[in-house]
Amino acid sequence: MTPTSFTAPTLDYLLLVPFLIVLGVACLGVLVEAFVPRAPRFATQVALAVVGLAAAIGTTAWLWVDGKSGLIDPFSSTIVSGTVLVDPPVLAMWAILFGFGLISVIGFAERRLHSGATAFTPMAAAIPGSTAESGAREAGLVHSEVFPLALFSLAGMALLVSANDLLVLFVGLEILSLPLYVMSGLARHRRLVSQEAALKYFLLGAAASAIFLFGVAFLFGFAGSFSYDRVASAVTFTAGSDPLLLAGLGLVGVGMLFKIGAVPFHSWVPDVYQGAPTPVTSFMSVCTKIAAVGGLLRLFYVALGGMRWTWQPLLAGVAILTIVVGAIIAINQADVKRILAYSSIAHAGFILVPVVGAVTVGNMLVDGQAGSVASILFYLVAYGFATIGAFTVVTLVRSQGHEVTDLSAWAGVGRRHPVIGFAMLVFLLSLAGIPLTGGFVGKFAAFAAAWRGGYWWLALVAIAGSLIAVYIYIRVIQVMFFRAPESDSAEVDVALPGGATWIVLALCFVGTLGLGLAPGPVLDLLQSAAAFVIPSAG
Amino acid sequence: MTSLYAILAVILFTIGLVGFLVRRNALVIFMCVELMLNAANLLFVAFSSHWGILDGQVAAFFVMVVAAAEVVIGLSIIVMISRSRRSTSVDNEIVLKG
Repeated sequence: MTPTSFTAPTLDYLLLVPFLIVLGVACLGVLVEAFVPRAPRFATQVALAVVGLAAAIGTTAWLWVDGKSGLIDPFSSTIVSGTVLVDPPVLAMWAILFGFGLISVIGFAERRLHSGATAFTPMAAAIPGSTAESGAREAGLVHSEVFPLALFSLAGMALLVSANDLLVLFVGLEILSLPLYVMSGLARHRRLVSQEAALKYFLLGAAASAIFLFGVAFLFGFAGSFSYDRVASAVTFTAGSDPLLLAGLGLVGVGMLFKIGAVPFHSWVPDVYQGAPTPVTSFMSVCTKIAAVGGLLRLFYVALGGMRWTWQPLLAGVAILTIVVGAIIAINQADVKRILAYSSIAHAGFILVPVVGAVTVGNMLVDGQAGSVASILFYLVAYGFATIGAFTVVTLVRSQGHEVTDLSAWAGVGRRHPVIGFAMLVFLLSLAGIPLTGGFVGKFAAFAAAWRGGYWWLALVAIAGSLIAVYIYIRVIQVMFFRAPESDSAEVDVALPGGATWIVLALCFVGTLGLGLAPGPVLDLLQSAAAFVIPSAG
Repeated sequence: MTSLYAILAVILFTIGLVGFLVRRNALVIFMCVELMLNAANLLFVAFSSHWGILDGQVAAFFVMVVAAAEVVIGLSIIVMISRSRRSTSVDNEIVLKG
């Protein structure tokens, strides 16, 4: 054992600016929480988060433009001693993540629905039902820590998708997860359920991280390095049956699939999605999935690309299982949030289809590779708009100031409130993959990519699965529009939200329809992002 | 020599995983997760010595920091639960049925 000396890493701060902005604004948010007086605190937090995320999106776009015109060179440079990679696919994912993060944060700011309060508990540490809690509620305390927490989580997601090193991947995964555990437990109403969701999410998430970390340790033992490039070259020089490599691949895969919410690692999804405050649910169902898919893509494409004959059949099996289990269990759920949770499980399966189908992983040179990454990104964007929109509508259907998530209580809601009803209709049709919505184009692109990649049978299974999944959404639409309300649920009503929620709904609505009616520009943009992948294989 | 450490790490990890699956107290489950993290740490250090590089030992420090952060979050959630329910058994958490 000869300890080698450390060399100071070179940090290219310029390329890291969007990530540093998000992290910096999150830290600033903690200071705001401590030092700004109570009255202007909430507004300060909202403004800080919105401005910070807008700045992050702006700088990401600026890096993109400068990179395309060759001002930043080399564009696909690895920074921080090669542990972090900022290349066009990463920039595209950053833009998508920060964009949906911004929409979610705007949604967090809704106060009119709760008569002046937010969807979050005024005092998370107070025992539910105690005098401390009711006192905090009467005093009109407002919880604003959720904004820095969301930004910390977003910073972890940004790190996760740009990781080029197994250890950075693990750190990103943890920075992503830890704030989310807390955020799941902050619901204003039904706090016991929310706390239980936080506990379940925490225990299962911590175990998944430990399993992932053990896999990282095996891969380190196999390759003698954490760097993706070194792991990739070690894989190339091995016959592919090294037990260390196989164990590492399996355990790391379990950790990532847990975050994506794929079957059989999905058991936390419905419980956590149901128990967490609905704005947080929409945030984590979209952003976590995007980040985990991004991390999985680079890990499996770049580091373990040489092992694809091992992991492709396994991942194909997971994809089929995820689609079928998600779609079938969703059919007999009675709670709207659980239906959307199982729907998001099914969508995790659909996303895995093009991940498996991209056989051009190893050499990165064959045609069709770009199509795969671009179609996955497009699918995630379409899914994100529809999912955030649907969960936002869930926050509006209320009875006596509480959200009503029982599907039978939703009877006739769509007819009584045509605007909200129509928006929900569009979101659900997009999730179902009906033409003229973003979901259809996303599914088409994703399955076509899998087909081109040689996994035509998987694409066929996925199409069959998406037909089953259509029934989930048709059922909700049928209840919303074609069933008369029961007498005892007569007081269920759509509450009129404040401006923040309207902005979220409008953005999601325009995004969902826009991606369906004119997908060309976005698809071209993502295509040009993915076309750069080749040098990043390094 | 490395293989002995690796075997010990796998045994520790398995004990943690089995404990995670069979125990019913949130605190004990959490301790089992910590055992799994420490098994990974042992593996990092063992492989680090095997390859003659420091990366694995640095990784162990990263893991310790992350584990400390996880303890803070986890214990606060468990304390919150135990105060509102007077119990830390995961069997009592029956509001959400998976």
